[in-house]
Amino acid sequence: MKVKELAEKFDLKVVAGHRGLDRDVKGGYSGDLLSEIMGNAGLGCVWLTVQGHQNIVAVAVLREMAAIVITGGGSPSPETIDKADSENIPLLTYKGSAFELAGRIFPEFP
Amino acid sequence: MPVIHKSYHVTKNDFIHAGEASIHVKNLLKSLNYDSDLVRRVAICGYEAEMNLVMHGGDGELSVDVSQSKVVIEVTDKGPGIADVELAMQEGYSTAKDEYREMGFGAGMGLPNIKKNSDEMTISSEPGSGTHVTMVFFCKG
Repeated sequence: MKVKELAEKFDLKVVAGHRGLDRDVKGGYSGDLLSEIMGNAGLGCVWLTVQGHQNIVAVAVLREMAAIVITGGGSPSPETIDKADSENIPLLTYKGSAFELAGRIFPEFP
Repeated sequence: MPVIHKSYHVTKNDFIHAGEASIHVKNLLKSLNYDSDLVRRVAICGYEAEMNLVMHGGDGELSVDVSQSKVVIEVTDKGPGIADVELAMQEGYSTAKDEYREMGFGAGMGLPNIKKNSDEMTISSEPGSGTHVTMVFFCKG
């Protein structure tokens, strides 16, 4: 599944990194501790987090993630948007919780 | 293949550029077609070390030497140093400020992540004289 298909199917708003919307999503990961994400998130995953600061983009680039979803109605900082655009990392937002979104997305990745 | 040497200056509290040195190193290794597992491990360790410089180390240098058989990352800072290195290596131990914890850092996983994902790691530090960390990653085959 492409990031743009994921966004359409699960009501995710694309706020930055539009040039990366054709990336393949290979799985998902959820968490807010950056070291834990660095150590364990899978390549090509969509990352669900409440963190909206700019350092999430470097983590996504280094882990070669497909996209970041900021959950819980949070929004990224302007610096995060600039960085995601320059690195072509799709940055999406979701109004509900990470728990709820993870439950909805999970069946897509058996 | 000659040894490629790169060095990056990392500035304390510069969260705007934090991670860029590690991204450069990762892109360099990918362009040289290094094994994806090695690239992954170098990226994890480089990032953890870089963030330690940003949050704790004061200004510092992250350098990398890339050769056919191994990748070596050295990180040196002029920060306050670590009083008890053994304690700092324990997962969950952290001296990070609350504002860093709120950003998802300071979980006490940085140095343990480096240990876990490098083939060799040495750390030397004394209070008042900064910290020096060396990480070695051996290439397969």
